Amino acid sequence: MLKALFAGTVLVFSLTTAQAADPSAEPLKPANPVLKLATTTSTDNSGLLKEILPVFEKETGYQVQVIAVGTGKALKMGEDGDVDVVLVHARAAEDKFVEEGHGDQRYGVMYNDFVLLGPEDDKAGVKETETAVDGVKKIAEAQAVFVSRGDDSGTDKMEKSLWKDAEVTPEGEWYREAGQGMGKVIQMAGELGAYTLSDRGTWLAYTDKSPLTIVLEGDEKLFNPYGIIAVSQKKYPDINHDGAQALIDWMISPEGQKIIGDFKINGKQLFIPDAGEDEQDQAEDMKEAA
Amino acid sequence: MSRLLEASGHALELLFSGDFELWLIVGISFKTSLLAMVFATPPAILAAFALAYGNFAGRRFLITVFSTLLSAPAVVVGLTLYLLLSRQGPLGDLRLLFTQTAMVLGQIALAVPILVVMMHASLQGVDRRVWETARMLGAGHLRAFLTVLLELRFGLMAALLATFGRIIAEVGASMMLGGNILHYTRNIPTAIALETSKGEFAQGIALGIVLLTLSFTLNLLLHYVQGKGQVG
Repeated sequence: MLKALFAGTVLVFSLTTAQAADPSAEPLKPANPVLKLATTTSTDNSGLLKEILPVFEKETGYQVQVIAVGTGKALKMGEDGDVDVVLVHARAAEDKFVEEGHGDQRYGVMYNDFVLLGPEDDKAGVKETETAVDGVKKIAEAQAVFVSRGDDSGTDKMEKSLWKDAEVTPEGEWYREAGQGMGKVIQMAGELGAYTLSDRGTWLAYTDKSPLTIVLEGDEKLFNPYGIIAVSQKKYPDINHDGAQALIDWMISPEGQKIIGDFKINGKQLFIPDAGEDEQDQAEDMKEAA
Repeated sequence: MSRLLEASGHALELLFSGDFELWLIVGISFKTSLLAMVFATPPAILAAFALAYGNFAGRRFLITVFSTLLSAPAVVVGLTLYLLLSRQGPLGDLRLLFTQTAMVLGQIALAVPILVVMMHASLQGVDRRVWETARMLGAGHLRAFLTVLLELRFGLMAALLATFGRIIAEVGASMMLGGNILHYTRNIPTAIALETSKGEFAQGIALGIVLLTLSFTLNLLLHYVQGKGQVG
């Protein structure tokens, strides 16, 4: 009965157009209110989750425990059944996660893009290039210092695919694998006057604190979609699947999507909500916008 | 330099403004570490006692093992427990990963070797005749044990303080086992790691100063209870 009521509530929420919830309405207490979400540092460090999750918690009575790690580790936690739901950005790895039966279905939630950061004087001349692949080629040719995440995160996977497409094996004194989160890597690259690849969200949060600047952006290749996946209930019957689905439904509802779109740092929008849209179109939109 | 001053000012501000988030983090730190001490101390005392007074095969080997464990990196301790507690691990059914209990377990694992080694060392400094005299005067095993503990109290206190200092400042195991979840498993060290990674250096230093201030208060209290700290 409670479940049916709850599903009904979720349905109502997803049907109503974006509007603030009635604060007097007491949320239904779910049977299992604790929900563990493994996500990437980019959604947490940017402050997005702190902005949106309290709204979800207030409306549904769930309490979301956020564990912020790299995408690779977040997916591993989902695979092991140590968390209920994952919010990550590495499309290929996400699809594999679902294919292998670790999760039910991937829902697109939002996107932003990656940017290549570098020192103001841009010794390698990346600014003159058009595409990210040419950009990293220039960096390799100039042997300019590049700080890599090196932690199998979504950003790291993107960076590796750029080197692969550029047919360059990044190695040598100029290529430094930090093995740290995005914020730390931006700091390190700033101190070293080096190049690095960052998601736009984290970069916006750091712009004021960093001597670096964007040397390349707007390449279709740098499109960065975020997906949310509930960990498979078939595999782990006692996982908090209702909670995971409630969070997903809320994130892709008009209300959740609006709150994501409204989230700004220094007046700049960080994530563009895109639930249920065709991602190819967005890649083109993004290219035009840049 | 100005950054450090700014951070110190910020720390005092945080401490006295009754910032809810901060005190929650402080509370989690002290709760988990004090609990770990409560669980780790009794078995550690017994183990130290057995190592000092016992006469069994493998005694010296065990002493070496405990001393070796002193240099186990917190991350490795954390990782070992992580693999045990993960749903895929042998203790997965307990569902303890990413809970405060997991953090307490990690800190117990770090605390026990330090307690054993330090207490064993100070037991060696206690004259064996204390035990023998107590026994001769008709004290039972328990009574004699308590007599030795009384003789040992300063060394015991030093061991407790050193261990508490180590586990409350420990970041690696807490990060892995607790997951740094806000309002739940975020303690002072993992909060500092997070703020640092976000480039909020002032906040990180401020939290560090908060930890030191609170530890200072605790130490002050204990030393007051213990006495003058001079050799009489």
